[in-house]
Amino acid sequence: MNVIEVNALEKIYNDSEVKVYALNGVDLSIEAGEFTAIVGPSGSGKTTLLNLLGGLDQPTSGQISIGGTDISKLSSSQLIDFRLRNIGFVFQAYNLIPVLTAKENVEFIMHLQNRPKEERLTRTMSLLKAVGLEGRENSRPNKLSGGQQQRVAVARALASKPKFVLADEPTANLDSKATENLLEIMEELNRNENITFIFSTHDQRVVNKARRVITLEDGKIISDVRK
Amino acid sequence: MTTNIKLAWRNLWRNKRRTLITVSSIFFGVLLSAYMTSMQEGSYSKMVEIVVKFYSGYMQVHHEDYWENKSINNLFDYDKALVDRLKSHPEVDLVIPRLESFGLASARELTRGAAIFGIVPDVENQLTQIADKIVSGKYLQATDDGVIIGDGLAKFLKLQLNDTLVIITQGYHGISAAGKFAIRGLIKHTSPELNKSIIYMELKTCQSFLGADNKLTSLVVNVADNKVMANTFKKLKREIQSPYSVMNWEEMQPEIVQQIESDRAGGVIMKAILYIVISFGILGTIMMMIVERRREFGVMISIGMQKRKLAIVLFIETLFIGLLGIISGITVSLPLLFIQAQNPIPLTGETAKLMEDFGFEPYMFFSTAPEVFWQQAVSIFIISVLIGIYPVVSTLKIKEIKALHG
Ligand SMILES: Nc1ncnc2c1ncn2[C@@H]1O[C@H](COP(=O)(O)OP(=O)(O)OP(=O)(O)O)[C@@H](O)[C@H]1O
Ligand SMILES: [Mg+2]
Repeated sequence: MNVIEVNALEKIYNDSEVKVYALNGVDLSIEAGEFTAIVGPSGSGKTTLLNLLGGLDQPTSGQISIGGTDISKLSSSQLIDFRLRNIGFVFQAYNLIPVLTAKENVEFIMHLQNRPKEERLTRTMSLLKAVGLEGRENSRPNKLSGGQQQRVAVARALASKPKFVLADEPTANLDSKATENLLEIMEELNRNENITFIFSTHDQRVVNKARRVITLEDGKIISDVRK
Repeated sequence: MTTNIKLAWRNLWRNKRRTLITVSSIFFGVLLSAYMTSMQEGSYSKMVEIVVKFYSGYMQVHHEDYWENKSINNLFDYDKALVDRLKSHPEVDLVIPRLESFGLASARELTRGAAIFGIVPDVENQLTQIADKIVSGKYLQATDDGVIIGDGLAKFLKLQLNDTLVIITQGYHGISAAGKFAIRGLIKHTSPELNKSIIYMELKTCQSFLGADNKLTSLVVNVADNKVMANTFKKLKREIQSPYSVMNWEEMQPEIVQQIESDRAGGVIMKAILYIVISFGILGTIMMMIVERRREFGVMISIGMQKRKLAIVLFIETLFIGLLGIISGITVSLPLLFIQAQNPIPLTGETAKLMEDFGFEPYMFFSTAPEVFWQQAVSIFIISVLIGIYPVVSTLKIKEIKALHG
C-alpha cells in the first residue's frame, strides 16, 4: 500500500529575477515500511521535496496524496492537525523545545494529540529506551550531545504514531560515531516496527544503509534504485 | 492548559536576567505610582477632613432657599422630629444645629466684617474641637451671653480677653440688631480667613440677638468618612423634602472638589507617561523573545502544534511578566505605604509655613485606600494584556518554512 503518492510535482521560486525550478515534475510513490534516502547535489531540491511531502509548504502545481488525502485541499490549521496525526519530523538541528526535558519533549506531541496520561508515560519511556536514552529522561536538551538530541527527536517523531518519518539531513551535524548510532536506531525501528523513514543526506555511509535511493538533480528524479 | 502554563513559566526563565530586568521595571513603576497616588490621595483626604472638620461637616440640611440666598430670612425652625429622623440613620454620628450670620464687629472707632456662628457649645465641639483652639480665656458655657472670637479679629480691633465687643447686624425679618458681648475667649482658627472674622456665640444668645428664636440656618449632619457620606447622602436626598434641602460638602465647597480633580488629573498624566515608558520596555522584551525563538516556533508548528495554542503560551508568558511585576510591586508598596501612612513626613521651611497658614498640618500625608494599590495592578494588567496581543498576532502569521529556516 502506498503511503505517499506524488504526481507531476512542481515548485517554482519566483522571488528573485530568475525563476528557480526547485522541483521540476516529480512523480513518486512511497510504500509503507520503506527506508529511503533522497540524495543529490546541493540545490538539487531535496529539502524542497521533503518540505512538500511534510505539508510544510505549498507546491506550485501537482498533487501530493498522503494515505489517500490530497493535502493541498487542507486549510492551514487542518494541515497542522494532519501533520500531528500522520507525519513525524526530524530536522537537521534545533529540533527540541529547550525548556522541556527529553521525556517532556517526547510527551509533548502526545499532549497535543490529547492522549491519556498513562499511555503518554509508558510510550515515552519505551521510546526513549528504544533510542538508547534510558537514564537521560530528565535532561534538558542543552545537557545532551548532538547525537542524543537527534535520538530524542526520533523518539518524539515516533511518539505520535505517524504514517512515516521525514528527516532532512538528520546526521549533518553529527560526528561519524553518532551518525552510525542514529542510523542503527532508525534501521532497527524500521525493521522491527515497520516504521517508514524518508531522509535526505550527503553522507555516503548513510546512503549505504538505505534500501531505496532516490537521486535528484535540478529538481528532477534522475535515478531511483531499490536494493 | 497546565502544559501551556508550565511551558510559559519555564520560558520566562530562559533569559533570567532579561526577565528580571523587565519585571523590575514594572516593580519600580508600580512602587512609584502607588507612592505618588498614596501621597496625592493622602493630601486630598486631609484637605477634605479639614474642610469637613473645621467647617461644613460632611452634609448640611438647610432651608431650601438658603444656599442660593444666604439671607437671614431663609431660616427654619429647630424641629426635634427632623433631628430625630436624621439621627435614626445609624451612620449619622452627629447632628449639629447652627445659626450663621454676618455682621459688623466693632470696638471704639475700629470696625470689621464678621461671621457670626451661633452654636451649641458642647455639640459643636464634638465636630470642630474648637475648645482645643482657645489660646486665651475659656470656651463657651452651655448658657453663655459672651462670645469667643478669632485672635486675628481681636488683634485688629485691639481687643483683649473680657473686653466688650459690639456687633451690629440685620436680624430676622429686617429688624436691626445691635448688642454688646463680653469676650470669654480667643481662638486661633485654622483657617486664616475665619481667624480674622469669626465670632462664636451660644445658640440661644445668638437667636435672641438676631430676633430669630428657635431658628437655624443649618443642621450639620456628620458621618464617619467620605465613603459613608456617599451612601447616606443618597438616602437623605430622597428623604429630605421641601422646605428643607440637604447638601454635601462637595456641593458646598465645589472649589475644593475642583482643585482635587485637577491635581488628580495631573497625577494621572504623570502615571500615564511612566506606564507608557514601562510598556515599551515590556514590548521590547517580548519582541526580542519572539525573534530569538522563531526557529523553535517553526519546529513546534511543524510537528503539529496549532498556532493559536502557541499564541496562548506566549500570551501567558506576557501576562506572567506583568503579574510578577504587579505582585512584587504590591508586596513591597503595601507595607511601605502602611508604615508611611502611620508616619507622615514632616515638612519644614516655607511650605510648612504656608500650609499652617492655610490651616493644614505641615505634614506629607499618605493614603492606604485600596485604589492606591488596585489602580496600579489594573493598569499593569491591562498593559500586559494589550502587549500580549503582539505575540498572538505575530504567531498567527508565522509561515512554517520561513520560521524553520530562521
Ligand atoms: N525560499 C527560497 N526562495 C528561493 N529559492 C529557493 C528557496 N528555497 C530553495 N530555493 C532554491 O531551490 C533550489 C532547491 O533548494 P533545496 O534547498 O531544496 O536544495 P537541497 O537539495 O536541499 O540542497 P542542500 O543539499 O544544499 O540542502 C535551490 O536552487 C535553492 O536555491
Ligand atoms: Mg537541503
